[in-house]
Amino acid sequence: MSVLEVEHLTVRYGAVEAVRDLSFRVEEGEVVTLIGPNGAGKTSTLLGLVGLVAARGSVRYRGQAQPHRTPEALSAQGLVLVPEKRELFASLSVEDNLLLGAFQRHQRRESGIRADLEWVYTLFPRLLERRTQFAGTMSGGEQQMLAIGRALMARPKLLLLDEPSLGLAPLIVREIFDILGGLKREGIPILLVEQNARMALGLADRGYVLEAGELVMEGRAQDLLHDPRVLESYLGLRGKEAEA
Amino acid sequence: MDWTIFSFLLADGLQNGTIYALLALCLVLVFAVTRVILVPLGELLMFAPLSYALLLQGQFPGTAWLSAAMLVAWALLDRNRLRLALALLLLAGVVLGLAYWGSHGAPGWVAWLLAVLIVLPMGPATYRLFFEPLPHGTVLVYLILAVGLHFVYQGLGLVFFGPEQYRPPALLSGEASLGTVPLPRQVFVVYAFAFLAMLGLYLFFTRSLYGKALRACAVNRLGARISGINPSEAGRVAFLLATAIAAVSGMLIAPLVNAAYFMGFLLGLKGFVAGILGGLISYPMAVGGALVVGLLESYSSFTASAYKEAIVFALLLPVLFWRSLRTLELGGEEE
Ligand SMILES: Nc1ncnc2c1ncn2[C@@H]1O[C@H](COP(=O)(O)OP(=O)(O)O)[C@@H](O)[C@H]1O
Ligand SMILES: [Mg+2]
Repeated sequence: MSVLEVEHLTVRYGAVEAVRDLSFRVEEGEVVTLIGPNGAGKTSTLLGLVGLVAARGSVRYRGQAQPHRTPEALSAQGLVLVPEKRELFASLSVEDNLLLGAFQRHQRRESGIRADLEWVYTLFPRLLERRTQFAGTMSGGEQQMLAIGRALMARPKLLLLDEPSLGLAPLIVREIFDILGGLKREGIPILLVEQNARMALGLADRGYVLEAGELVMEGRAQDLLHDPRVLESYLGLRGKEAEA
Repeated sequence: MDWTIFSFLLADGLQNGTIYALLALCLVLVFAVTRVILVPLGELLMFAPLSYALLLQGQFPGTAWLSAAMLVAWALLDRNRLRLALALLLLAGVVLGLAYWGSHGAPGWVAWLLAVLIVLPMGPATYRLFFEPLPHGTVLVYLILAVGLHFVYQGLGLVFFGPEQYRPPALLSGEASLGTVPLPRQVFVVYAFAFLAMLGLYLFFTRSLYGKALRACAVNRLGARISGINPSEAGRVAFLLATAIAAVSGMLIAPLVNAAYFMGFLLGLKGFVAGILGGLISYPMAVGGALVVGLLESYSSFTASAYKEAIVFALLLPVLFWRSLRTLELGGEEE
């Protein structure tokens, strides 16, 4: 049984078709990446997946069809999104942000929330230093760490990450990808959306390439990393951008 | 103005200001979580003491029918969630049963509690029936709905209770004198309740995860949803809390001022003015604003009694002007 099976996903905003007939899957313990240029429809895919925008097509999570999915219900089942804009609770403390990530578990009186808080603090020692600070006062990198930490507090069984490297300095990006590598070793399945194709393919087991809302390539991450078309349009392009 | 009159007006202003503060807190709470300006809050306040008055006269209050009917409508809307729907139907039966008990010889203090309990379901039901079906409504759409509900509830109040005024018995009767000012003992019950309600809200929002989840919904609805917090549920809880505070406030002040079907609107409006002074976001500023409104009203009733309402509402103009300037500086706030 796959963790996630998406079939024929189509997302429309009025006349604009942001995602067209997209099918992909995530298996147990696997990191899968969805890469593509700005405006390719990556964010729309994730939003349609969790029910934040209307989408046609079918989504199965851990064998269960999800026709009337909502982000709050999926989060309660362990499918947790870390959105592009992080969507933190700016006027609440760092620690409250983390604890609210475990809101459903708290309501179900699950044990281990405190232990998971300690675990998140060991993954991101900077959050521990800033635990009483308002989330809105932190730097971009710290906010991204907090967004990931808050999602981890839900004990995710599938983590959806929307461009965790967006707008961050290379050193911070490195740090965040190291953490993601650790999560991969713990066996947490991850669907990683990225424009930073080199980093994403370096971490992932498999990858899908999206262009203008359509799937143009898929395969093992290592193969994609050495595919001439990917090299030219994503990795090459990024190299030229860096020179410019 | 001599010292005695000054103290009288001070006591009067503080008493009213305290009620406005409670209502302003409710309005800020509901607005923060749901973006609804709860205009019918005054009616939810009025329903409880008038139901109490009828129960004491041995009459079955129409509010019980309204409350039960709203619960049945809610059950129909959520008929796909069978257990919830059945619980709502059961609750509707319980409300009618409580009203029957209250009007058939329940002791006075039991009737007091029953009157509050009968009104409580109307808060969350109002949210479920009228606001939840429009999750993407703008503040203006919600405001228009809320004004409509205010007229409907006030009209129903007239149908249920008639135009007469009631003065239900106080929890604490008699007077105590503070210096030269004689004060009804009931006033101290009002202050005690206001203190407990504010302390309770403060602890709820700062100590309990559930309270923090409500704040989370207020600051970032999307962030709350992906964290597994259901904003609809948070909205219902906000309406329930506001209704509870308003209903008990109504029960406590009805023995001090006469209770009638039209009593809620001006109280709610002054609570709203106080809430606006706090920008509808700050709880402490709303409470401070409420005391200003109460005192201003009290002293202006002495010096210019014909204009006392006008003076209170005129307070809005500089505040709104100042706020609109700030909004311009910020380049327009969201929504
Ligand atoms: N809310 C929206 N309304 C209309 N069009 C949108 C909206 N969000 C995204 N789009 C359009 O959908 C396409 C895909 O956007 P998006 O999913 O954000 O891409 P990506 O995340 O890959 O950069 C773009 O053409 C974008 O302009
Ligand atoms: Mg995007």
